[in-house]
Amino acid sequence: MSDAPLATEAPRDAIDSAASRAAESDFAIRLRANSEYVVIPLLALAIAAALFAIFLMAIGKSPVDFISYVWRGGFGTSFSLQNTLQRSAPLILTALAVAIPARIGLIMIGGEGALVLGGFASAALAIPMIGHVPPMPTLIVMGLFAMAVGGFWVGIAGYLRYARGVNETISSLLLTYIGIAIMNFFVEGALRDLTDPNKPSTKPLGSAYMIGTIPDTEVHWGFVFGLVLCVTLYFLMSRTTFGFAARVTGGNFRAALAQGLPVGRLIVACSAIAGACAGLAGFFEVAAIQGRANASLAAGYGFTGILVSFLARHNPLVIPAVAILFGGLVASGGLIQRRMDLPDATVLVLQGLIFVVLLTSETLYGRFSIFKPPGEKDRT
Amino acid sequence: MNDAVLTVLIAMLGGAIRVSTPFMFVALGECLTEKSGRVNLGLEGTLVLGAMVAYAASYHTGSPWVGVLAAGVAGSFLGAMHGTICGLPRVNDVAVGIAMMLFGVGVAFFFGKPYIQPEAPRLGSIPLGFWSHSPNLNSALQVNPLFFVGIVIAIALAWSLRNTCWGLVVRTVGDSAAAARAMGISVNWVRFLTTTVGGFLAGVGGAFLSLSYPGSWNQGLSSGQGLMAVALVIFARWNPLRCVAAALLFGGAGAIGPSLQSVGITQGYYFFNAAPYILTLAIMIATSSAKHSARDMPGELSMAR
Repeated sequence: MSDAPLATEAPRDAIDSAASRAAESDFAIRLRANSEYVVIPLLALAIAAALFAIFLMAIGKSPVDFISYVWRGGFGTSFSLQNTLQRSAPLILTALAVAIPARIGLIMIGGEGALVLGGFASAALAIPMIGHVPPMPTLIVMGLFAMAVGGFWVGIAGYLRYARGVNETISSLLLTYIGIAIMNFFVEGALRDLTDPNKPSTKPLGSAYMIGTIPDTEVHWGFVFGLVLCVTLYFLMSRTTFGFAARVTGGNFRAALAQGLPVGRLIVACSAIAGACAGLAGFFEVAAIQGRANASLAAGYGFTGILVSFLARHNPLVIPAVAILFGGLVASGGLIQRRMDLPDATVLVLQGLIFVVLLTSETLYGRFSIFKPPGEKDRT
Repeated sequence: MNDAVLTVLIAMLGGAIRVSTPFMFVALGECLTEKSGRVNLGLEGTLVLGAMVAYAASYHTGSPWVGVLAAGVAGSFLGAMHGTICGLPRVNDVAVGIAMMLFGVGVAFFFGKPYIQPEAPRLGSIPLGFWSHSPNLNSALQVNPLFFVGIVIAIALAWSLRNTCWGLVVRTVGDSAAAARAMGISVNWVRFLTTTVGGFLAGVGGAFLSLSYPGSWNQGLSSGQGLMAVALVIFARWNPLRCVAAALLFGGAGAIGPSLQSVGITQGYYFFNAAPYILTLAIMIATSSAKHSARDMPGELSMAR
């Protein structure tokens, strides 16, 4: 940042601050400082939307139509809203899979792999149990197993990071590809349901072993679990010793080591929690939507979850709102495709654009003096 | 039995040459970018967009080499975008790379939809197996000219990084931005250029995917090659010539599955598909260390710090 504008502002600041320090309470100052983290992402969203509108106009489509279809397909009717909530459930969970490692300073993007592998593992475990064990215990065991498998999978990336210094971003994405290959290996081979010639899948769970929906809605219980996990993990990360130690490690790795914090265990634990969330998302996709494990599990929820987490600034309490927004976008994809004759990748373009603009907006933090407490304008 | 082993080995040799070419281009591009101290994880997206643009340009102009050039231009556009954004203060280059990956793939799928069906003219190959009567060897040695272009670029890059003024500038920026600034070098401008050129090379690698091998455009064309190539640069210790060797190794690993299939072993096909990823991970584990950063790593790299 250059010194010139600050120097000219300084005398005015001094007068300003003397007058307003008395007027502004502690709360107002905190509100002012924190509003930066709301305004800048919203600004980024608006800029990305504007760029996308220009893009649509450049290819001869109407941005107004686009917005109205997103509204109608994602939020407008009770049916579409329920569809949106349904799709936001895996997004909440995969976003948590990014947000928790981010607290400890890791960029983990292995949510897709943990989702696929967790979902597949739960289906594979359930097949021999069907008919012998009642549905409720089966589902509980399935869910726990999916979380364990997902947690193990992303935990590998965390362990490798700590023990061998392997870059966790690359390794977690490699593990995603390996996870999808493992599922394909079994689904097309040993565990394939031979009665279904169309799409290689495991045997179906059957309706008795499916997770029901929340009464009076079409939304499955994964959404509720996602919300509960968001609140739980928020408390874990910001109100417990564990969370504090994790944030210290994320803030300054060497300081954490010097303090004698169990850095390795913290990193592996955060990664495993992340993977468990994504694995749970896979379980709900299998037990509430697909009814079996097949390639449809790799629908990209894990990748959209990365964007959701970044947009929520890795804050578990903000994730549900952002996830619902993107769930609506995903839900309206089909309608947009049919009515506007746009390819299904339209949503991907918009997501990529939002992501790029959002990360670019990181540079704006600390640039606007309006967000700074009066009198601190020339300190950065 | 011996025949089968020989067939597999020859198929693996041919496969290694074919499969390695996109790895090589992406790795060389990433190597140059990382030499200047920046990581571009978005080359997976660049690869996919390059493949799409090359196929489309080849379809419309009828000349596959125009396609290669167009792919390079598209790739350098994405590279320039990454370079510009990461030049701003407080922007994380790894995160921007992830975003560029999703963006590049999205744009490629968006505009690539109409090109899944039509047939575009492909790049021809040089039949280097003319001296042999073995049809297996003949087909294995159908080498695409881009393979040799890649090797020439690798040699040129290695030489100029070591011996030219430009190479010195890039290495200085990569090893110590402060020293480069003291010398009056614009760090951001150098990184912008290396990222753009790196994007160009990755785009050309994508052109190979759609115009030579596998030689068609579809949405499943690349699954992680771009990312593996980034990991490969670490293994090659930021040396362009070692990048070529590492790319050949990866190509061989990627060719195991199809080679075994050519002699009728189809069991575990999906498992062998996973071989390159597992190999990448194994290599990353073997070459990284928790105690000190990797040998020959540019000092400014934000990765694995």
